[in-house]
Amino acid sequence: MSVILSLAFSGIALGAIYFLAASGLSLIYGLMDILNFAHGMFMTLGAYAGWDVASHLPISWGGVWLLVVEIVVSIVGGALAAAITELVLIRPLYGRPLAQVLVTIGLDLAVVALLLGGFGSNSLTLPVPLWTIEASRFGKVILPHADFIAIVAGLIVVVVLEWFLRRTRYGITIRAGVENREMVSALGIDVGRAFTLVFVIGGAMAGLAGLLYSVVFSGDLVSPLQGDSLLIFAFIVVVIGGLGSIRGSAVAGLIVGLVQDFANYYLGTHSGLAEFGNLSVVLLLAVVLEWRPRGLFGRTL
Amino acid sequence: MKSARVGLIVGACATLLAIVLPFIGLHIPWILPGVVDVVNSTGTLDVLALCFVFAGVALGYDVMFGYTGLLSLGVVMHFAAGVYVFDIALTDWHWPVFSALLLTAAVALFLGLVVGAVSLRVSGIAFTMVTLAFAQAFYFLIEDNPHGLTGGDDGLSLLSNRLPAFLSGAVSNTRNLYWVALGFLVVTGVVVWVVTESSTGHVFVAIRDNEQRVEVLGLRPFGFKLAAYTVSSLIASGGGVVYVLLIGTAVPSAVATTTLTLSIVIMVVLGGAASRWGAVAGGILYIYLQQYLVKVAAEPTFASLPAVLRVPLSQPQFLLGALFILFVLFVPGGLAGALLRIRLARARHKTIETTSS
Amino acid sequence: MTNALEIRDLHVSIAGSHVLKGITFDVPEGGVTALLGRNGVGKTTTLRAVLGLVARTGDVRVLGTDTRGMATHHIVRLGIGYVPEDRDVFAGLSVAENLRLAERASEPDYDAVYALFPELKTRARQRAGSLSGGQQQMLSIARVLLNGWPLLLVDEPSKGLAPKLVTELAEALERVAASATILLVEQNLAVVARLAQRIVVLDHGDVVHQGATSDLGDALLTQQLLGVAGAS
Repeated sequence: MSVILSLAFSGIALGAIYFLAASGLSLIYGLMDILNFAHGMFMTLGAYAGWDVASHLPISWGGVWLLVVEIVVSIVGGALAAAITELVLIRPLYGRPLAQVLVTIGLDLAVVALLLGGFGSNSLTLPVPLWTIEASRFGKVILPHADFIAIVAGLIVVVVLEWFLRRTRYGITIRAGVENREMVSALGIDVGRAFTLVFVIGGAMAGLAGLLYSVVFSGDLVSPLQGDSLLIFAFIVVVIGGLGSIRGSAVAGLIVGLVQDFANYYLGTHSGLAEFGNLSVVLLLAVVLEWRPRGLFGRTL
Repeated sequence: MKSARVGLIVGACATLLAIVLPFIGLHIPWILPGVVDVVNSTGTLDVLALCFVFAGVALGYDVMFGYTGLLSLGVVMHFAAGVYVFDIALTDWHWPVFSALLLTAAVALFLGLVVGAVSLRVSGIAFTMVTLAFAQAFYFLIEDNPHGLTGGDDGLSLLSNRLPAFLSGAVSNTRNLYWVALGFLVVTGVVVWVVTESSTGHVFVAIRDNEQRVEVLGLRPFGFKLAAYTVSSLIASGGGVVYVLLIGTAVPSAVATTTLTLSIVIMVVLGGAASRWGAVAGGILYIYLQQYLVKVAAEPTFASLPAVLRVPLSQPQFLLGALFILFVLFVPGGLAGALLRIRLARARHKTIETTSS
Repeated sequence: MTNALEIRDLHVSIAGSHVLKGITFDVPEGGVTALLGRNGVGKTTTLRAVLGLVARTGDVRVLGTDTRGMATHHIVRLGIGYVPEDRDVFAGLSVAENLRLAERASEPDYDAVYALFPELKTRARQRAGSLSGGQQQMLSIARVLLNGWPLLLVDEPSKGLAPKLVTELAEALERVAASATILLVEQNLAVVARLAQRIVVLDHGDVVHQGATSDLGDALLTQQLLGVAGAS
């Protein structure tokens, strides 16, 4: 039983990270019809930004503040990268969605290569407060603190995102734009600004996802290739949840995180089936698509 | 049509030139720095052979992407299948070459049909995602080293005692491998040419432009899309076989990654989607640039460049990615598109000349 | 008399088909001008071209300003309210959110809107997607009323509505027409006869007739132009 609880907990933590990555992708696709491959790059950059700033802080910084700084930096880093990408590469290609997708592919390739060149393929270690590596005992269940962080971050983002989308003018504009972009501009609203905003929000969340992934699942290692492997799972979550649906990303993220975690554990003990945890996610994707091609939540935010 | 005939003649000449290349001992500086700069040196032939392999794969991919409008991100799975099935049959199971080839062909066909059929149940973005997911799953499968067959991350070397002498062994056989790769490209070219010129090929284009209209005409797009997918994947698998003969090893990080898929997409777009010679040119250009840049980065003079220049330039993927971005922004339609614009401009110029005279 | 809208030699091609072949007409300020024609002749396309939603060549002057090369949201801000065919309200948003999104003026006139359509006030929190067709149409018109736009482009507002609702709609539009210029695309000739002073008739992408609404009294002409019996 304690094993199941532990697994559930880490599965939810993984799900939270997937949600962070997938919701941005879903929004961008929903509003702009773009498959943003550069999202992987935003995630990697977020982690690297966190590492870079943290490793330049004086040793005396420890504890919570170190983590807070890393989190803030990863969000800002991701947001900045996204803003630059949208303004410089995406905007000029307005009206050519395939070209926009291709450009994000090229960007992803180029930036990852740059990071490989600059930092080598060896992983760097994020300086983190000690307690993030520790875990607490609740009866027989051991729950790692890092998982808590991911889950809390996910919850906070869900709340903030919901508030933003339901209560603010920009949020309403985005929801409307996902439904019918043309009509929004026919009401006199500059949709282009919404595009940039959505990209920036997506990038911010991606940056955070990248950092949290390093902390929670990668043993505090930061490598240039982590963004891309996370990206593929994020894409799967987006499709299962339904393109353009935040709710879908949340639910699908949880499901995928839990499935992957449980499958990896239970199947991993059998030799020759070790990687089936990951394969099970792909299977899940195939099943969902057969049954419901639009994903769980279709195209409503 | 005049341009088609010109194209065929150019293609035939290029092929002839390519065939006799290994006999040309011209010294041309800077073909490949750091290697003997002779046209028919081992280094050059190796690179050209690799170019041919990927030109063929890119051409095959173009049938699906450029002609039928299916953005599949799973082509690398079929490539890797060709690589690994052939390698495993020869190395792990010690099969004779011909049987290994047959097995590879059978598996490639099976994989193409099955994965294609499942993936094509959905269309558009979902299709792209599914193919991506399948390819990633395949990567995991290889990495996992089931039953010790694939060698996992370390890869599987091609054990060459079952290969006929003319294909394996020392330097002199580079020439033979070069011709095999060229042969692959030529055969692929013929196959693709026949397919795209046929009525089936025209249906592919019709599906890309307006799938609903095709349905209204009473045809079922699914069958045609599956055909395009299968043709592409068979060609990719074939390329995989030639690849592993050339390189001698199968490593998942080189043959099964998403990066490779994206590179193939880039090759096709650089050359110009839906242009056959464009895809070939794109493949050759991409691989050539990649190898060239790797060699340049290894040059002693390179190390003395300041880090700000050295780091980006040492990463061929970076330069190619940046080049690709520039192409997408400023040269839509790739090389083929640019050439078409030049031809149109010249035709217009001629019309103006003739009307004004 | 100034023109709210001037269209000169407007060409639009969609998916290879030459839909508008150089149409030219004016919409004088004040009152209602009806744009008529059979299905598929390019009426909706004309409205969309004015808004910049489709690529076009030709001159379009909105309230005196040449709109060549302008983005849709800029054109709209010159003073155009658009009531599209099929309403196009945002189904996932509430009625209030739909209205809020449409606010462009510094002091949106909610009083006028609720006076005309009191139901929108009572159903403010309701999801627009769950409204009836008639209510959605009210919402669609309310959106443009908020801002007191001087020029309204209204596309087949009576489509799919029960006769009683059509009458209510016509009344509402009549009141609106008192303070704005309306270019009305409509198939329902009774509504046209009631509301419009001028008509412009399209056929196969060309303007084939411009004149007063009373021209529709000529049954023969109406049959020729529209293939339907005239309005009585």
